[in-house]
Amino acid sequence: MIDSLLHFVSQNAFWIITIVKIALLLFIVLTVNAYLTWFERKLVAHIQARWGPHRVGPHGLLQPAADGLKFLFKEDPTPAGVDRFVYYLAPFLALALSLTSLAVIPFSPKPLELFGQKIYLWVSNPDIGLLILFSITALSVYGIALAGWASNSKYSLLGGLRSSAQMISYELALTMSVVGVLLMANTFSLQGIIEQQASAKWGVGFLGWNLFAWTRNGLLWPQIIGFICFFTAAIAETNRAPFDLPEAESELVAGFHTEYASFKFAMFFIAEYTAMITVSCLATILFFGGWLSPFPDWSQTHPILNALAIHIPSITLIPFGLWVIYDGIKYETIWGKLVLPVIGFVMFAIGAALIALPAVNNFIQPVFWFTAKVFVFLFFYVWARGTLPRLRYDQLMNVGWKLLLPVSIANVIFTAAVVLLRSKP
Amino acid sequence: MTPVLLIFFVLAGLAVLGALSLVLQKHPIHSALSLIVVMVCLAGLYLLMGAEFVAAVQIIVYGGAIMVLFIFVIMLLNAGEEERTDFSKIAKFAGLPLALALTASIAAGVAKSGANVAGSGQQVIPGATGQISSMLFKEFVYPFELTSFLILVAIMGALVLAQREKK
Repeated sequence: MIDSLLHFVSQNAFWIITIVKIALLLFIVLTVNAYLTWFERKLVAHIQARWGPHRVGPHGLLQPAADGLKFLFKEDPTPAGVDRFVYYLAPFLALALSLTSLAVIPFSPKPLELFGQKIYLWVSNPDIGLLILFSITALSVYGIALAGWASNSKYSLLGGLRSSAQMISYELALTMSVVGVLLMANTFSLQGIIEQQASAKWGVGFLGWNLFAWTRNGLLWPQIIGFICFFTAAIAETNRAPFDLPEAESELVAGFHTEYASFKFAMFFIAEYTAMITVSCLATILFFGGWLSPFPDWSQTHPILNALAIHIPSITLIPFGLWVIYDGIKYETIWGKLVLPVIGFVMFAIGAALIALPAVNNFIQPVFWFTAKVFVFLFFYVWARGTLPRLRYDQLMNVGWKLLLPVSIANVIFTAAVVLLRSKP
Repeated sequence: MTPVLLIFFVLAGLAVLGALSLVLQKHPIHSALSLIVVMVCLAGLYLLMGAEFVAAVQIIVYGGAIMVLFIFVIMLLNAGEEERTDFSKIAKFAGLPLALALTASIAAGVAKSGANVAGSGQQVIPGATGQISSMLFKEFVYPFELTSFLILVAIMGALVLAQREKK
């Protein structure tokens, strides 16, 4: 019995590993999504000199759970006269597509060796990773357009048209702005794009990133303009502030999801936040060297600096954990006094364990840098929302067509010229 | 049955179902949605043949850009459900035999070159993107550039027509 089970497992190891990976990725991403809403509300609140959520759990940490439960238990009315099939299809389409795009993101080049299997930290790593991401972006317009149309409401229809026009317009600039990176990397594979950035002048890690493009063979065309175009277009493509005309919660009737309530609304919401994560991952991969550390490899010349560089995960986690313990002890409620020190202690313990176990620390390096960079972009998203005023619709179209598109085309031309010059002996 | 064959039949079946539903649906939006299903399934079939670049472009251009335009137009015109009419007498009598004849001729063509078609499904072409681009920019550079010129002319024509209405 057990033997045949083991045989089955070893025969179908690929499928089992993939399914487990997908489940794990979904779990992580949905959790991150939930806490991204908390993070966003907290950060925007602090930008606006408010407290943000702080009633549900210590520092409002249980707010996402409360929100989720609320979404689940709310009444879910279907408006009269909707096109039922399309009305139900639209949120599924939006959510499924945005979650699918995460499958091609590579998080780390180092495989986890478990039960004699090499387990890579990606669901799939196709040669055309970037093209797959763009094709999913191209399809994700449907979720919004169809939701607006199927709701049988003029506000929804107008909102759907508004947002799909925005997404189509910015898709062009988004695609054009990464062509420079593709020209330098010579591949569509996301892993290949990251590995190409490992070649840096004087071995100083961050100079090799496509943002600076200072490779061992000399300076290529730095993609700073490309990055600015990419990120601006990506914010518009994910319908976030200051391009959040699809929602414009404080000015217009919500838009394409006006007629959606309860968990169907939550699905659009989760799709939007997942798209934010995907875009942050993509910005990290394309312009900021993915999992590559920004520091040079000092292991040969300077052991102390090298030790500092590889222990950065611990150096950030331990003081933060200690601060959370301190903050927890002087927290107002008993519940917070109990929970916060435990969270702080866990962080402290992880940091200490990473110092004690060099093998684990070594394994976690790429994942740490990747996550840290992604987090910076997520912060940037919320920062932009908290500080920038919303664009008017004509301004939005002008920025997309008359500014971003020509500038990114110029960037492509310059990059192509420099790559051509460099490739000739 | 190998996994590749299984995936092929699932995709092919979906594509056929999508095409049937495209014709049979009453509402234009439903027809357009069925067409998207067909496009995506075709992209899957290309992927199965190892033509990764073509598959991605199929989804980006046909599934994304062109079909979005279709859906946009249908939404803007607010087209309602179609009425069924059977005004064409020729279609009533000659339709089915002609369709059968077309299917038979295609099936005969496939059956004739059967071995080659079945073989192409298994082999993977490495670096298909590079091959396509070097073909486009070396061997077929003039047709390629002329096509893009043609598209540019079409865009300008559309602009001229749209501008004339305003006056």
